[in-house]
Amino acid sequence: MLIGSGPIVIGQACEFDYSGTQALKALKEEGYEVVLVNSNPATIMTDPELADRTYIEPIEPETVARIIAKERPDALLPTLGGQTALNTALAVAEMGVLEKYGVEMIGASREVIEKAESRELFRAAMENIGLRVPESRICRTLADVRATAEVIPFPIIIRPAYTMGGTGGGVAYNMEELEAIAATGLAASRSSEVMLERSVLGWKEFELEVMRDRADNCVIICSIENLDPMGVHTGDSITVAPAQTLSDVEYQAMRDAALAIMREIGVETGGSNVQFAVNPADGEMVVIEMNPRVSRSSALASKATGFPIAKIAAKLAVGYTLDEIPNDITRETMASFEPTIDYVVTKIPRMTFEKFPGAEDYLTTAMKSVGEAMSIGRTFKESLQKGLRSLEIGMPGLGRTFAREACPGRDEIMARLRKPNSKRLFHLRYAMLCGLSDTEIHEATMIDPWFIRQIRALVDLEEELRNFPLAGSVCASSTECAELMLRAKEHGFSDRQLAAMWKKDELDIRRIRQAMGIRPTYYLVDTCAAEFEAYTPYYYSTYETGREEAPRPGRKVVILGGGPNRIGQGIEFDYCCVHASYALKELGVTSIMVNSNPETVSTDYDTSDRLYFEPLTLEDVLNIIELEQPEGVVVQFGGQTPLNLAVPLLRAGVRILGTSPDSIDRAEDRERFQALLRKLDLRQPENGTAMSVEQAVAVAETIGYPVVVRPSYVLGGRAMEVVYGEEDLRAYFRHEVTVAPEHPILVDKFLESAIEVDVDALADGHDVYVAGIMEHIEEAGIHSGDSACVIPPHTLGAATVAEIERQTVALALELGVVGLMNIQFAVKDGEIFILEVNPRASRTAPFVSKATGVPLPKLATKVMLGARVRDLDPWSMRRGGHVSVKESVFPFNRFPGVDVLLGPEMKSTGEVMGVDATFGKAFLKAQLGAGQRLPQAGRVFISVNDRDKPAMAETARTFHELGFTVVATRGTGEFLAGHGVPSEFVFKVYEGRPHIVDRIKNGEIDLVINTASGKKTVHDSSAIRQTTLLYNVPYTTTLAGAKAMAQAIKESRASGTDVKSLQEYYA
Amino acid sequence: MKAFLALEDGTFFEGLSFTGKGNAQGEAIFNTGMSGYQEVLTDPSYAGQMVCMTYPLIGNYGVNLDDVESDRVWVEAFIVKECCKTPSNWRARKSLPDYLAEHGVVGIEGIDTRALTRHLRLHGAQRAVISTDDATPAELTERARAIPSMEGQDLASRVSPARPYAWADGRPAPLGDGDRPWRGTGPKVVVYDFGIKWNILRLLEDQGFDILAVPAGTAAGQVEAWGPDAVFLSNGPGDPAAIEGVVDTVARLADRYPTAGICLGHQILGLALGGRTFKLKFGHHGLNHPVKDLTTGRIEISSQNHGFCVDIASLRDVEVTHVNLNDQTLEGFRHTKKPILAIQHHPEASPGPHDSRYFFHRFREMVREHAGV
Repeated sequence: MLIGSGPIVIGQACEFDYSGTQALKALKEEGYEVVLVNSNPATIMTDPELADRTYIEPIEPETVARIIAKERPDALLPTLGGQTALNTALAVAEMGVLEKYGVEMIGASREVIEKAESRELFRAAMENIGLRVPESRICRTLADVRATAEVIPFPIIIRPAYTMGGTGGGVAYNMEELEAIAATGLAASRSSEVMLERSVLGWKEFELEVMRDRADNCVIICSIENLDPMGVHTGDSITVAPAQTLSDVEYQAMRDAALAIMREIGVETGGSNVQFAVNPADGEMVVIEMNPRVSRSSALASKATGFPIAKIAAKLAVGYTLDEIPNDITRETMASFEPTIDYVVTKIPRMTFEKFPGAEDYLTTAMKSVGEAMSIGRTFKESLQKGLRSLEIGMPGLGRTFAREACPGRDEIMARLRKPNSKRLFHLRYAMLCGLSDTEIHEATMIDPWFIRQIRALVDLEEELRNFPLAGSVCASSTECAELMLRAKEHGFSDRQLAAMWKKDELDIRRIRQAMGIRPTYYLVDTCAAEFEAYTPYYYSTYETGREEAPRPGRKVVILGGGPNRIGQGIEFDYCCVHASYALKELGVTSIMVNSNPETVSTDYDTSDRLYFEPLTLEDVLNIIELEQPEGVVVQFGGQTPLNLAVPLLRAGVRILGTSPDSIDRAEDRERFQALLRKLDLRQPENGTAMSVEQAVAVAETIGYPVVVRPSYVLGGRAMEVVYGEEDLRAYFRHEVTVAPEHPILVDKFLESAIEVDVDALADGHDVYVAGIMEHIEEAGIHSGDSACVIPPHTLGAATVAEIERQTVALALELGVVGLMNIQFAVKDGEIFILEVNPRASRTAPFVSKATGVPLPKLATKVMLGARVRDLDPWSMRRGGHVSVKESVFPFNRFPGVDVLLGPEMKSTGEVMGVDATFGKAFLKAQLGAGQRLPQAGRVFISVNDRDKPAMAETARTFHELGFTVVATRGTGEFLAGHGVPSEFVFKVYEGRPHIVDRIKNGEIDLVINTASGKKTVHDSSAIRQTTLLYNVPYTTTLAGAKAMAQAIKESRASGTDVKSLQEYYA
Repeated sequence: MKAFLALEDGTFFEGLSFTGKGNAQGEAIFNTGMSGYQEVLTDPSYAGQMVCMTYPLIGNYGVNLDDVESDRVWVEAFIVKECCKTPSNWRARKSLPDYLAEHGVVGIEGIDTRALTRHLRLHGAQRAVISTDDATPAELTERARAIPSMEGQDLASRVSPARPYAWADGRPAPLGDGDRPWRGTGPKVVVYDFGIKWNILRLLEDQGFDILAVPAGTAAGQVEAWGPDAVFLSNGPGDPAAIEGVVDTVARLADRYPTAGICLGHQILGLALGGRTFKLKFGHHGLNHPVKDLTTGRIEISSQNHGFCVDIASLRDVEVTHVNLNDQTLEGFRHTKKPILAIQHHPEASPGPHDSRYFFHRFREMVREHAGV
């Protein structure tokens, strides 16, 4: 039995789908029957073909125990599903379930996990083998914490036990900060244990990925050096492989220490990672921590070296030794070696502070990034610039516009250098442009001088490029130009950067460059630095002289991936890309994957026939296309990233498979879309476009408040807001947008209390298969990616559903959709409005596929290559008879101070699925999967705004009838009394004490229902929601959510939920 | 300054010298270690060779006072993708370019080291020249072809010391005429220095041995006159079969004393026991080769540096103790009747993993058992 890692959260992203999928395949290869538990439907590992039994059920001890009781596995492998799997397995072991059913824990035993994860045991173990750890004390109460602060000087690092991604941890510079962070940490730790550690801020940080087999053979797979020194979580740090600034003596000492740690902790079979800090002044080395499991870093190390850590870990767990497992890449050598690489790998985290107004862009030991990009180059400089453009944050490299005046002032620069943040690297460049010395920069950042000098070299070359005397007349025939061009390319400068510096169009630069004969070559990632022949076609581009790639003959298709995970574009799109690749394999067409995200299954070297680990920019993609000459490119699966490339690629003469870019434009361009709807006689909410705040106010007045405002061409509802009046609208313009002429602001009538419906469909121009009609649980106005939804719809009438289907078919045919399409509808008072049409794979495609048993992305790929929907016959594959609920998971606990209210801007990082026979039970499971354990009894606090009050009465009554005590503030209480629902009175925060926040903190409230809308009430109630989050009390901020919760509790109480595998649902 | 690298087969690379003007010649080989360049540069086993590092960024941590395997740089030239001019490490005393320039060794960067490595893998190690001269490719190729082949070259005698020395305070202490050969109280070991790496001496010292290192040409009778408890044969450069008279000397000594050998020493023992050696296509030069110790079943990640190899099938009365898991070549053996141990890779590491260090302990135990000291 294998446990997955559940929903994507900060600190646990798709790397565990990658590792779990590898492990599953490895175990199947060995003839094992595999039972899988994972609540995340957007994972490849939960595809029903992979495991023998796939349980899309909540990953929590009781559910897992029930599955064990039902399936009676021989062994439990908990080391491939992140901290979630590890903690759940430990809990199940503590419950005695493993003993009861004779299940062996493999990969890491209970003792090993405890020794590695308990801060106290780990520290003792390190002392045992003579390794140093920073001075620290274990605390279990806030009183301990305060006492410890007398002994350990500030700044103090807070590290909770048994958490991942530094959850609940941080750096405290004073007592107040310390208490606040420690309180969160104690709550986050499953053992209520935090360690206060003397800070080694500014020390160099390293990581080693280690594997050990049962015969005690140990190998290091990869060394990683962090550009950001100690103090920034490694997940938030720019990291580089291999280590750059360690001599062999120092590296071997670290290697010896890592092996000693593996042996002392007792990890017998599998992979682990060990983190070290090194004092830059004298080389003193201390151990920071180790993870006795496959981690995010191991995914990175796998992609960085080509060594499949998870796959090998799974084989070791079932008893193989390293010398018995062949190295796929070289074929002739075995897995018992240490990869050596001949390139530089850079990983850069992707942050999303812009999504969480109120969250400070400040990096500490608690991880905040939601994704990462990896890049490979022959030098660090090349690798870094490729990595920066892979991030897709609008930066084509280290610099973008190269305008002098864009440089901030010296004070600001110094401030941005001293306090780690997501833009620090760019400020390093500014600092250099403003004349700061390497020493000044090093003192401000503690970044190793080696890295600073590397960046300095880029800035120096930038100056040279900008001041190039022939900049105005760059031409292919000049040797001087060609020499400089080549040097720029070797340093990783993109055509776009050169275009900006030399005031030319990007494509002009491309033409001139190619006329000079300057093109990238593609080198192999082969684990052995070319010492052996490599057989896995895993490539990166570089500007070197050799040639290794030989484009394959025959039919070929390029699939463009989604790049780094971000909110709004994550694993769901990678899932689609991977399926596209599988479909091509079935069709006998060579699949060529291009992606830059090391966490994904799509960048596993055996997913596609060829893998190019490259940035998803026009330049890099065109280079590959020109080399490979594919028959077409798939752009509709990777989210907005490849879609944005569709038109430029088309202009460059590339064939886009499936729905034409013109159709995409027809759906995205407002005017053309309106014409389309008029033609089909379909409705959309009243709307208008504004190029200025005055125009927006005028439009809003015409169509009437409330309105939804947003910039055009965005994904994930970035800067999208519901506005209730002119004042708010003006404020929106002040705070949220800087309107550029090419990005008008869209103003839509907001349909209050409408039901939102998401539809996924598959079409080929002739036939349309309506794959899934998902009714949202939250009302329209909450971003579709953030709302829970259900298949089949549970409140819509048959006639409405039929009409939605009719409109879907009409739209798909009119747009000439070939492949997947997603439509968002709103149903208000029986009328159907169209909110949005996206002729591409949607975030919900994997959920719909899992809920209905129809592999949508795979079928869509076949359709794009010419198959007919009618022949594929998805109708016959469809499975029903159960209810599937998708629930979103949010990163609010990572951003202290940010309000948890939902709105039109997407904030969730991941999703879970709950499946059961009825809506209520499926919803309950979805909640549990998302980490909300709904209470069966106790006190429910209800506080709703006036608009919501009438609708609330019924739900309150249900809770009352279920035996809950309803707790309410005066206004809500009086209203409920008027509707015959008794309630217990509680003070609002400003009314006196003990108020509602006190009572939540005292554990007297078991469920919080708290709605707010409009700016004012939002601020009043945010203290309640903050406390709820901090104290992990189940909550909802929507009426519909409250109603669903009541129903779920009612139904589960009546008959209880059951565990059932997908294979059983589909049977 | 522009510099050219020409191989004997006519392959030609253009790069930049980071050590000023210069010429170099030798056998071009590649090394896959990602760290440890200072140890590589000072390892006498690289005499006659131009080393191409497969890791592209070399020189990052500079050069320090401690990480040396001899008192000079032995490589004929150093070939890298990108050389770091300003190092960063608390122990760094000097930059790599300055260090090489001081030792008069040519360093060349801007070479597509991966392309060169693949070429050497496919076509074998080659004679090559590096030059900053204004010469045509054809001229340089001609020069490369004029270099004597590694096969048949007695380089060990060239790098071996002129006179015996003791090991004191981490340095060789040459024996003056009339000096006592033994200074300590530990078991006495005569170490044939065919181009020894200092770390072997350091580790022998750690095992408590009293060390007397001697030139390659030291006669067996002379060794017997010193009355050692054991004999040790070091690593070194070149073709083991070409070293004047050494096979007979070693055959005689190994018959009488507990004897161990590393690398070239391993090959010489193989020859002395009647075996054959052959040249590998492009050699083993790196820090990541898996070796299995057949006596324990354990795998060790080893430091490797050899271009020649002992043919397993040619040996009699020996038990194979170590095998290279990459290509199944011989990595170590012991005699079934006599106290003889040999290891092809480098248990002294430096650079490389420390997995095989137990070899020195095994040697010490063998001496204890057979010499009673």
